[in-house]
Amino acid sequence: MTTTVPGRVPQKIHPHKFIMWVAIGGIVMMFAGLTSAYIVKKNQSSWLQFDLPIEFFYSTAVIVLSSITMFLSVRAIRAGKMNQYKTMITVTAVLGFAFLLLQYLGFKDLQAKNIAMVGARSNSAASFLFVITFLHMIHVLGGVTALIVFWVKAKSKKITENSVVSVEILGTYWHFVDLLWIYLFLFYNWIG
Amino acid sequence: MSNEAVLHAHSGAHDGHEDHSHEHHHQSFISKYVFSQDHKMIAKQFLITGMVWAVLGGFMSVLFRLQLGYPDSSFPWLETILGKWAKGGHITPEAYYALVTTHGTVLVFFVLTAGLSGTFANFLIPLQIGARDMASPFMNMLSYWFFFAASIVMLSSIFVETGPFSGGWTAYPPLSALGDASPGSKSGMDLWIVSMALFVVSSLLGGLNYIATVLNMRTKGMSMTRLPLTIWALFFTAVLGVLSFPVLLSGFILLIFDRNFGTSFYLSDIFINGVGALPNEGGSAILFQHLFWFLGHPEVYIILLPAMGMVSEILSVNSRKPIFGYMAMIGSLFAIAILAFLVWAHHMFVTGLNPLLGSVFVLLTLLIAVPSAIKVFNWLTTLWRGNIRFTPGMLFAIGFVSLFISGGLTGIWLGNSALDIHLHDTYFVVAHFHIVMGVASMFGMFAGIYHWFPKMYGRFLNNTLAYVHFWVTIAGAYMIFWPMHYEGLAGMPRRYYDYSIWESFKQFQDLNQFISLVAMIVFAVQFLFLFNFFYSIFRGRKVTTQNPWDANTLEWTTPINPGHGNWPGEIPEVHRWPYDYGKDGVDFIPQTTPVGADESVEH
Repeated sequence: MTTTVPGRVPQKIHPHKFIMWVAIGGIVMMFAGLTSAYIVKKNQSSWLQFDLPIEFFYSTAVIVLSSITMFLSVRAIRAGKMNQYKTMITVTAVLGFAFLLLQYLGFKDLQAKNIAMVGARSNSAASFLFVITFLHMIHVLGGVTALIVFWVKAKSKKITENSVVSVEILGTYWHFVDLLWIYLFLFYNWIG
Repeated sequence: MSNEAVLHAHSGAHDGHEDHSHEHHHQSFISKYVFSQDHKMIAKQFLITGMVWAVLGGFMSVLFRLQLGYPDSSFPWLETILGKWAKGGHITPEAYYALVTTHGTVLVFFVLTAGLSGTFANFLIPLQIGARDMASPFMNMLSYWFFFAASIVMLSSIFVETGPFSGGWTAYPPLSALGDASPGSKSGMDLWIVSMALFVVSSLLGGLNYIATVLNMRTKGMSMTRLPLTIWALFFTAVLGVLSFPVLLSGFILLIFDRNFGTSFYLSDIFINGVGALPNEGGSAILFQHLFWFLGHPEVYIILLPAMGMVSEILSVNSRKPIFGYMAMIGSLFAIAILAFLVWAHHMFVTGLNPLLGSVFVLLTLLIAVPSAIKVFNWLTTLWRGNIRFTPGMLFAIGFVSLFISGGLTGIWLGNSALDIHLHDTYFVVAHFHIVMGVASMFGMFAGIYHWFPKMYGRFLNNTLAYVHFWVTIAGAYMIFWPMHYEGLAGMPRRYYDYSIWESFKQFQDLNQFISLVAMIVFAVQFLFLFNFFYSIFRGRKVTTQNPWDANTLEWTTPINPGHGNWPGEIPEVHRWPYDYGKDGVDFIPQTTPVGADESVEH
């Protein structure tokens, strides 16, 4: 759609893609706010030191892998390879679920070590880890939901140019939540 | 990607060439007036919802001004409308704090954020940049309905048994975090926080759209430096919102965990009468203030910038002169948008902030005076030797400049951390922010409504009613808020329920009564405007020409009552900036006029 129509500017980027980029800016600000609060709080009294659960290391590997399969599904739909596209978004969704499950197991692990994240005995160090990770999980869950919707659509509907754009937008979002987790993971390890 | 593709994203194949004037006629009532995706209808929805809130929020201020002006009198009719909140005709302390809190929340967020930028960003962005609609009309519709849901939740909080939240619009913990802290901290606060979360979602959905639309959907020839200043201002407003509202949301999320899940982000060492010592340990209420004011200060500019943009446009159109210093206007908007993020701690000078850090924030705060002064200078020089038409919109725009100067000057006082020790939390602060942010932005909003009403409804507002509305409101605004400076300088604290029992503040009893009386008159006069607005929608003088103000911008090239899609046929191409007034002896040259061969080049 880059052909010049009289009276209109040829567009460099699809407006919906641009909206996603701006939304990513907003989400970045949200997590920047939370991790700044984390730093401020850490330098105050009674901050509990503890190791990250081992599950978070596995989940990092899983979400990186899911970014690769997401990349492959975007490439597949661009090339019109529908079967490969369907397989790849299915794998991505499964990996997304696996990530969420691992995060949950990580919380269970902390609980088993008697580190309370909420409630009267909780320490802000664990509470911050829980709240920030939980919010990230909600963002991943949003992505997984979108993947499932796309999977249903891919079974029933014909692929149009618009659906390629939507898949590209979802891809951008998916890579973003991946990078966001890597940032949080490094943040917890270096600063937390 | 063309504008058509966005408007008709659902319709599959399309070529973007067809004529749109005869589409959109088979709309049902629901899709035209309720779940509309037309940016013009969504703008009107925001405006009218905002007006409902302005009446409610204004009425709340009348109620608590009754208490402040007449602390010893009883008003039996108050008990009739407020019931147990005004036993014996006296507003109870709980009700007083609830009224102050709800007045603040509603006016700041629902009226001056949603009602102002929600209305005019939606209405003006597509019309002035030459687009058929927003980048995502569907998200735009969601934005309104999230605001509507937020409104319903906030409204319902007024009717719960323990009353609405009463800890101030800033919702500082522990009052906001502990249900046992006060009656208003119970379910009233739960509803407050749900309402605000919905509101943040609404603002973000709207803001994303505004940014994407301004950057991606301008018509041919509409470069960024040919945009009207309204669009620049609304664009920076949206950027501020998208970058600061998520931080407020993260602050609220931590607050929700403290309230409902026993965490200690903001709470430490608290003892509540009747409950005992709380287990929370290690939290910091100041942390909430940082997160809150990181939004809270940009929020001030989210409220003010749209008014600045509209005032720039209206002043230029009605002075029949180009805006003075167009690029300086954009530069100063940009500077204000950047500085807005770097000054939040000036709300926290007396929280025990490190004095060195305080002095950095003093410097950054006072720097805002520079772009503000540039803007004021440019407005005055735009008026200078202009061929001024005193339309109601123009009067309100000039009133805005007056109020912005008066309120801005006291900002220089308050920006000093040393002076702030004395002035913090006094009526001086109340006077300052009401003039510079509250009333000034209301004036910007009125200016916008009077100016663009003919485009919104194809009819004019009544001028006589408008002039009465203007003069009473501007005189009243000064009479209400000017005396508050004296009270504040004398140390009179804000948020007290009854000053007559304080030896130091008894002397202000008459002054408080005067303020309350004027507040009631000004509130009553707003009904002239409301009557004018709703009467003129149906019975106002009809607009007979496309361009009633002889303005240059694109919205006046649309039909008098534009349909969804705004222009029948092609979107016009833009050939020049929007401020060619009085150029080469020509009164005005619309943006769509190609540059003539013998035209002078400077603008």
